[in-house]
Amino acid sequence: MNALVTPARPQTVAARPAPVAAGVRFELVKLLASWRARVLLIVCWLAPAVITGVVGRQSLLPSDTVFGRWMNATGWSGGLVVLAFGCEWALPLLTSLFAGDVFAVEDRLGTWRHLMIAVRSPRRIFAAKALASTVVIVIMVTGLAVSGVVGGLLAVGNRPLVGLSGQTLPPDEVAGRYLLAWLCVLAPTAAFAAVGLLGSVALGRSPMGLAVPALLAVLVAVLQLLPIPLAVRLALPSGAFVAWRGLFTAPVQTGPLVTGVLVALAWALAATVAAYLIFVRRNFADLAHDGSGRRFVIAGLLPLAAVSAVAALVISWIAPSGSGISQAKLERSLATAYGHLYRLQTDELHRPAVTEAQLQTTATCDKGGSLVADEGAGNDWRCVVSWRLPGATAVGSAIYQLDVTADGRYKADGDGPTEVNGFFLVRAPYGDAPNPLWQFDGSVDLLGGS
Amino acid sequence: MERDQAVRARGVGKWFGEVVALDGVDLDVGAGAVHGLIGPNGAGKTTLLGLLLGLAVPDRGELTVLGVTVGRALGVPDGVAGFVDGPGLYPSLSPRRNLRALAALRGLRPGRRSAVEATIDEVLDEVGLAEVADDPVRGFSLGMRQRLGLASALLTRPRLLVLDEPANGLDPTGTRQVHRTLTRLAGQGTAVVLSSHRMDDLAALCSSVTLLATGRVVFTGPVADLAAAHGALDYRLRTTDPDAARTLAGAVRGLVLVDDPHRAPAPDTLVVRAADPALDALVRRLVEAGIAVRELAPVVAPLEAAYLALTGSSDDHRGADHVHDHQGRPGDDHHGHRDRSELLTGQPA
Repeated sequence: MNALVTPARPQTVAARPAPVAAGVRFELVKLLASWRARVLLIVCWLAPAVITGVVGRQSLLPSDTVFGRWMNATGWSGGLVVLAFGCEWALPLLTSLFAGDVFAVEDRLGTWRHLMIAVRSPRRIFAAKALASTVVIVIMVTGLAVSGVVGGLLAVGNRPLVGLSGQTLPPDEVAGRYLLAWLCVLAPTAAFAAVGLLGSVALGRSPMGLAVPALLAVLVAVLQLLPIPLAVRLALPSGAFVAWRGLFTAPVQTGPLVTGVLVALAWALAATVAAYLIFVRRNFADLAHDGSGRRFVIAGLLPLAAVSAVAALVISWIAPSGSGISQAKLERSLATAYGHLYRLQTDELHRPAVTEAQLQTTATCDKGGSLVADEGAGNDWRCVVSWRLPGATAVGSAIYQLDVTADGRYKADGDGPTEVNGFFLVRAPYGDAPNPLWQFDGSVDLLGGS
Repeated sequence: MERDQAVRARGVGKWFGEVVALDGVDLDVGAGAVHGLIGPNGAGKTTLLGLLLGLAVPDRGELTVLGVTVGRALGVPDGVAGFVDGPGLYPSLSPRRNLRALAALRGLRPGRRSAVEATIDEVLDEVGLAEVADDPVRGFSLGMRQRLGLASALLTRPRLLVLDEPANGLDPTGTRQVHRTLTRLAGQGTAVVLSSHRMDDLAALCSSVTLLATGRVVFTGPVADLAAAHGALDYRLRTTDPDAARTLAGAVRGLVLVDDPHRAPAPDTLVVRAADPALDALVRRLVEAGIAVRELAPVVAPLEAAYLALTGSSDDHRGADHVHDHQGRPGDDHHGHRDRSELLTGQPA
């Protein structure tokens, strides 16, 4: 009937372990054959552009999100808001949907034996699946990064960005830092993806495997809210999801960022190795196999807990004791930000130019009155900023209420005098403009000197 | 080991934790043979097929596949294909895309795309799925999936084809198609090892069978020997004169009347237990007495009867009923069938 089945003696075709590249292609074909995956890809590449484009043209801005208050000032803010939002929910969720399912789907479909017979190497199957899910996640993250900034730039424009120290960053410099920030968050994304692989491998078709990265994200978010020691906080895999903000301060806060990236990579490595060891030891002839919560805890969670413990121990040697948020650091950060923003306000009002050096800005902060130690996170910080103007003998002062979060970010809310920080808008010669001193964001370097 | 032997297992054992899946299994399958694995659920058939496909390695004993001894690492030599526990297909992909992906994984000359496509078309045509080659597998029936599973096994032109319940869910046309394909492959020298619960499939396809029970070999040898192993069988006899037939049957030496209202669906039907010689004698007497035989058929197929007896599943198909010897007295059945211990050695004594 045909050449395949009619030879006198069937000739065996080579069927050695499949190349990893072929395995990756096959996994990508399977992943992208799902309409849900395709929809998610499209959403990642389009939704941020639409959102930043629309929000950037409005006066009501998401000021609770870092850089959100500048979304109508520069297109770069839109991309950074997408980054901040992605670090809170979107990236752990994306890793849940892909890395958390890439192994479990074979259990659900009952295709493990088919795949094993075709590939003939559990190691290569693992490599192909891990690489394929990484490729899809990187494509999605790239979509978020590109789409967010393109929407903002098209809607608002390629203008300078006000950093978290109040400094004005030119667009070309912002572009470099923006790219670097997204690259840095790939490390914790990889950590969550590896945890997803681990859950998927260890828990089989159980929906719990799919939810492991999302559950980890919730757990970490809860821990971040608690008054835990700084070393423990920085030993969590999500450190770089917050620490990228340090790229937009002056000076750049590299300590938490590097620590966060290294810890995240250690988590990614440990989770991947644990997933690999569980996977290659699996007995594919055992039809009763359906994952094991016990194996997940012993071979998966315990190594990750050990990684965090070791990281916390190492970080405790270099990190200051306590929360990392001291009175002196907060005063220094606030004074620096105020100096930059005062200069920005001066430019908006077309007043005589001043420099930060001329202003000699200082700040004095107190937390909760005399009965509370001036240290740590809280919304009860009250600061007085002082500055000098060239040629003037009087010293200017302004009051701010600070809401400081445990990750070092703070929001300074102007509390007078009215002519400095009392109004949302200032009357510039060209019309009303946002008052940069009314409310602004800042960041304390948790690992910086006191 | 003989040069043309596809599978040789000696004392193969396999455990899953404390569960013994296989215990000292011996198996020989030659090139061009179609060998059936039968046994109750949990007997170890799928585990044995999994070992042949490289999904696991034996914990004990020696397994040689296509001349290569299977070591401690997973994987078997080139030339082995098949499926266990269902054909393992991706429902969101079409048959063509499933096979294309499989071809890429198996290294089927990725540089020669047209040759691969031609091969895919050929195997789809072979199993009768050419017309639905581009439809999503999601909408396929179980039988269509089975046929696609066979197509994916054929893609690499195997020398040893290992199939777990290949006829499961197939309609009569599909069954014939699969039988035709397997028979042709065997004729070309491909060894086929398949498991099935369908005795008619095994009888039609297999030259030899191995019967497993609780991980051990209960019987191995030609199908005809297994069918004959059981000796006396119960037969349903329907005649034009049931009363006379009953009288004649009671007088035949070596034949036992079975009073089983459940197996005698009609008043004109008797159930008799006999080996072939006694049955021949009864038919001769019926003919001489002018009684027409309308039906004479085994209550349970010979292969199935042997299977049930050897696996200990038999509880009423033959021996639990009221029986009467040739003189009409109730008594035990001692005619023709062999002791089970004789059969454990493989070839019937």
